[in-house]
Amino acid sequence: MLDRPTPDRRVPDRPMIEIRDVTRSYGAFKALDDCSLTIREGEFFSLLGPSGCGKTTLLRMIAGFDNPTSGTIAVDGQEMVGVPANRRPTNMVFQSYAIFPHLNVEQNVAYGLKRLKLDPVEEKRRVDEVLAMVSLNGLGKRGAHELSGGQRQRVALARALVMRPKVLLLDEPLSALDKKLREQMQVELRRLQQAVGITFILVTHDQYEALAMSDRIAVMFGGRIAQVASPKEMYQRPVNRQVADFLGGMNFVKAEVVEENGSSITVDTLGFGRVTTEKPKAFVRNGAGATLGIRPERLRVLWDNATAKYEVAGTVVERHYFGEITHLIVEIPGLEKPLSVTETNDFGADDIPVGAAIRLGYDRDALVAMAD
Amino acid sequence: MTAAAEGSPPLTADGIRRRPPLLQSESFQGLALISPTLLYALILLLLPILVVFAHSFWTQNYLTIDHTFTLQNYRTALTEPIYLDLLWRSLFVSLLVSLFTVVLAYPIAYFISFHGGSHKGLWLFLITIPFWTSYLLRVMSWKVILGYNGVLNSGLMGLGLISEPSTALLYNTSAVIITLTHAWAAFAILPIFVSLEKVDRTLIEAAKDLGDGPLRSFLRVTLPLSAPGVISALLIVMIPTVGDYVTPKLVGGKDGVMIANAIQAQFGKASNWPLGAALSVTTMVVVSLMAGGAVFLIRAAARLAR
Ligand SMILES: Nc1ncnc2c1ncn2[C@@H]1O[C@H](COP(=O)(O)OP(=O)(O)OP(=O)(O)O)[C@@H](O)[C@H]1O
Ligand SMILES: [Mg+2]
Repeated sequence: MLDRPTPDRRVPDRPMIEIRDVTRSYGAFKALDDCSLTIREGEFFSLLGPSGCGKTTLLRMIAGFDNPTSGTIAVDGQEMVGVPANRRPTNMVFQSYAIFPHLNVEQNVAYGLKRLKLDPVEEKRRVDEVLAMVSLNGLGKRGAHELSGGQRQRVALARALVMRPKVLLLDEPLSALDKKLREQMQVELRRLQQAVGITFILVTHDQYEALAMSDRIAVMFGGRIAQVASPKEMYQRPVNRQVADFLGGMNFVKAEVVEENGSSITVDTLGFGRVTTEKPKAFVRNGAGATLGIRPERLRVLWDNATAKYEVAGTVVERHYFGEITHLIVEIPGLEKPLSVTETNDFGADDIPVGAAIRLGYDRDALVAMAD
Repeated sequence: MTAAAEGSPPLTADGIRRRPPLLQSESFQGLALISPTLLYALILLLLPILVVFAHSFWTQNYLTIDHTFTLQNYRTALTEPIYLDLLWRSLFVSLLVSLFTVVLAYPIAYFISFHGGSHKGLWLFLITIPFWTSYLLRVMSWKVILGYNGVLNSGLMGLGLISEPSTALLYNTSAVIITLTHAWAAFAILPIFVSLEKVDRTLIEAAKDLGDGPLRSFLRVTLPLSAPGVISALLIVMIPTVGDYVTPKLVGGKDGVMIANAIQAQFGKASNWPLGAALSVTTMVVVSLMAGGAVFLIRAAARLAR
């Protein structure tokens, strides 16, 4: 990815949004259950999770369209509970874009500025500036119905950005676009965020989108925040099976904890033997049971006489061809479930016959121990 | 579903596109579908109008009609002060009635649409309840309310606000306006309700998000987007009330007479059909102009509101 955030990009370490113990109940059902989260100034933050996990609910509470049943939300140090949406320093890009159908592009973008009673020249300048920022120059006079999906998305973005909010909230802004446009907009959104330096909070259920765009991600399940981490940490050190599974494929191997101390954990497995790994930050163990995980792309086929420091041997039971890569399902003696392996086709992994005996090499740091 | 219904001519086995047979073509099917209503409308709407239109250029000769072309009826209709007076009063009444009706209906429609929750159907049902009785009965009940010994007068006297019954309530133009406004309320509520239902609620949230309070978001988003409903409500009430003659007759008294009463008289007692026809055509044209003018004004106002 072109705009993968660089770890050394400076994000000032000042909290912009503080969510403390927020619960939102609908009757007996808790759409949000005791969520706490701090989002820093200038950060590109993603709320990631499956459908119905409460992402929109949380975002709407930050915007002021809904209030927590209990708990507090502060934006830039100011308590927000009870403050209506029109007085909050946040702006939202709606999933449906919510472009005003009776107004043209320019009027849509200028909608929020009207209240500020700016000098008409200044207003026009700000509208033109933000239209250029989202590459919509020249389309100002278009009616709302004469726009493509991507253009509508940009109008919604421009309309929010022109208000110069402290926080921009985006509710699945790309999900209505086709794949190609979506990938292009991911890059553009990220670039835009870096240029304006505003805190972005993006809601998405697409793990690749979250990984590609964010400084940090919060993964949510059933109204609870499961893990908050940088994309890399989230992908490599998920706290539990659910998070690991949601962020792309992972092989899970049954393990038993034999030793646990401050920063490391040692587990016993069949197949991978005794492994000591760094302990995930929010590791919560129930009993001695645990899971050892390894991503399919961290297993590599060992050709001919090649050897690796750590390896397992097995038999290919299935082969799936995906163009640039091949997916192999390999049965390992002693393991309950076969391992899946992703191998690039540069060396002819697509020619490995089903039934062949192969050896797989891996690095110790690719193994991650996690809670069930 | 057939290929024709999907809008493309069927592809035959040998791959050559043929024109669909007449009976399967989309326009034919469409025509066939609306033809009963269309015929009905033609016979019962267009024909009578043509008959009226033709009569307006003829002359009544006691019991027979002289079929030579003349504009004399229109001259009478447009110059005789009594007819002009009645026409103006009718337009004035219908304009006021439609304005009052829409102004009163809008909050109700708004309430049902935005705060009706899961009881919207029930609310709409309640609104139709007055229609279970005849229109005449509803007008009569206004007589009971507004009359000399009516509910309003006794109520006001009971409260000591007036010492003797007021005669200013019934048998004048305001009595006509009050009665018509009540009678047409439901017809205004429904179209406004429908257009409010179509307003995407996220648009209102977007307006709030961009800094508008409840009043401003209503004026800048909800109201302009429900304008089609307001316009149709206005027209639905305005057009028929110009031609109403039952209400003025029952509660209008001497002052409340409207153009339709004059037209009725020409077709009835006065037995001058051609003049009645000319008055009808004139009224129709003027009402159309007024309706068009109202639509134009609302559109212009909506544009300005941006
Ligand atoms: N008004 C409501 N009444 C009852 N339950 C609600 C209400 N609004 C939301 N919920 C429930 O709260 C949960 C969270 O909803 P939310 O819209 O936040 O999900 P989400 O994570 O945004 O999902 P999606 O990815 O599908 O948009 C859902 O289970 C939903 O059914
Ligand atoms: Mg959602």
